[in-house]
Amino acid sequence: MGLDVYLNVVVAGVLTGLVYGLMALGLSVIFGVVRVVNFAHGEMMSIAMYIAVVLFSSFHLDPLVMLVPIAAVMFVFGYALQAGLINPFITRPEHSQFLLVVALAIIIVNALLIIFGPDARTVQTSYAYDSFEIGPVIVDASKTYAAAAAIVVTAALFAFFRFTLLGKAIRACADNYTGALVVGLNVNRLYALTFGLGAACVGAAGTMMTLITDVTPALGPGYTLLAFVIVITGGLGSMPGALIGGVLIGLTEALAGLLFTPSAKSMFAFGILVLVLLFRPQGILGRRLA
Amino acid sequence: MDAMIARLTDGLSPRAFGLLAALLAVLLAAPWIANDYLLTVLIVILYLAYTGQAWNIMMGFAGQLSLGHAIYAGLGAYIPAVLFTRLGIGPWVGFLAAIPVAAACGAIIGFLAFRFGVAGVYFAILTIAFAEFARIGFDHLTIVNASAGLFLPVAQLAHNDLWRLRGSPTMFYYVILAATVFALILSRLLLRSRMGYFWLAIREDEQAARAAGIDTFRYKMYAVMISAAVTSFAGVFYAFFYNNLFPEQVFNISRSIEMILGPIIGGVGTLFGPILGAFVLTGLAESVTSALAAFGVDLPGAKQIFYGICLLLVVVALPGGIWPWLARRLGVAERER
Repeated sequence: MGLDVYLNVVVAGVLTGLVYGLMALGLSVIFGVVRVVNFAHGEMMSIAMYIAVVLFSSFHLDPLVMLVPIAAVMFVFGYALQAGLINPFITRPEHSQFLLVVALAIIIVNALLIIFGPDARTVQTSYAYDSFEIGPVIVDASKTYAAAAAIVVTAALFAFFRFTLLGKAIRACADNYTGALVVGLNVNRLYALTFGLGAACVGAAGTMMTLITDVTPALGPGYTLLAFVIVITGGLGSMPGALIGGVLIGLTEALAGLLFTPSAKSMFAFGILVLVLLFRPQGILGRRLA
Repeated sequence: MDAMIARLTDGLSPRAFGLLAALLAVLLAAPWIANDYLLTVLIVILYLAYTGQAWNIMMGFAGQLSLGHAIYAGLGAYIPAVLFTRLGIGPWVGFLAAIPVAAACGAIIGFLAFRFGVAGVYFAILTIAFAEFARIGFDHLTIVNASAGLFLPVAQLAHNDLWRLRGSPTMFYYVILAATVFALILSRLLLRSRMGYFWLAIREDEQAARAAGIDTFRYKMYAVMISAAVTSFAGVFYAFFYNNLFPEQVFNISRSIEMILGPIIGGVGTLFGPILGAFVLTGLAESVTSALAAFGVDLPGAKQIFYGICLLLVVVALPGGIWPWLARRLGVAERER
């Protein structure tokens, strides 16, 4: 295998990794603020993927165009979930919250299975087979669009948390729960908002993911795990960490698929998780674990 | 020995003893009463009661949430099955080989996590990651036939061969019943031991436990290893009862979830909760499936949705599980510790 083969795989891995990064960013935001581990994250992503697939097959709406509407739908879903179901659990023990979300995940996976059946569905865009040639590297057009969209959404989220009053209020909740209550922030509403934002991230990532891969109901748990691997690898609660972790895992999977067999690729992602836990348990960009 | 029996029966009211004896008598008599279908359901129930108790040692007693227990059952299934099919070694010897492997696997996971304070839900995610790692690994491991699956030879026998675990459903029923009783006794002995009290202290407040001089790392490691070793027998049973093993099924995250549903619904950390939960959950799930089938509905995910809703309802409405509530009703609640 020549060097250009590796180069191609590396580029493809990085592009997919950016979409993974956006997915993990959603998880990181939710965990960083609400302190609830969203174990239904991958399942929420598959909801968004199915919305994109149905919109495309029924109305020929391109996922790239539907990115914002689907993210908005997922925002509402996330907001309602936090406000209705999870907020009363904020003071419950950690494993109790966790099991609540696990129950939700089981219900989502199997509801999707009942509604859509077990077969894989695809989005066949007009540009599905297009590619750009940059020197020796051939870049898949769909992956490029997906990665570009992921970068735009990520940038928007960063800007939101950095520059808007609402974003600052949410960060205040994350830094000091009691302090936020004392200065009169409506923490429950901000939590719901944050969960909505995390859901919107994963909704956007899911929409983009339909350009890269097929959709089946069974995908959810795998993506949930992947998101956790990325977040732990990148560093808990670190937003740039989630993105870097995503790229790292995307790259690992692509190279493992090339050098070994594609079906074994997630083994290497777990391998990275174990290495990180062994040598840098706080993650690449994370602060030390308490 | 006397001390052990004393520890086992101490604090057990005559009423609780009577109820337990009555339940055991019914279960012992079940093969004469139940038809084949009901017997199979009972085997599934007792299997889940057994695995639930094994999981409960780790989560219920020591407070360490594992969502990857399928890995221990999977190792317990594959090791004896490979030894049996490739070398003709019997399941009980295979089980002896599986125990240290499962315990070592638990030790590795525990070591990685407890050394760095990877705790709570992050520990749970690490356990899932290992189970998934094993699933994909076994899917590519040729000695176990990879994803094509491992099949145990099925022979029609004139009599039950307990030593080689070949025989009728009735034999398997008694094997798993014995295992469930064993797990109940073991759980009670563990809970009443010095280690058991250390576990409860760690579960309630790890910082305080450490401050009181308990070597929390060591006792959490013991909890994982004992729980893993106990779980591995469930795998042996699974392999020789179903006679086929696919990594995709054996190590699937659904297996781990099924194992924890019983204890959660019955009552995490209670002795009888996992058993009660297995009966309630499987009983209800089978009824739902039968009812749907009677209406001609065949939905592949319906049972799982039902599990999900049960889990949701219990977590929201009865966080302590059914058993503490039922025990008070029956007048057999143990005094508050």
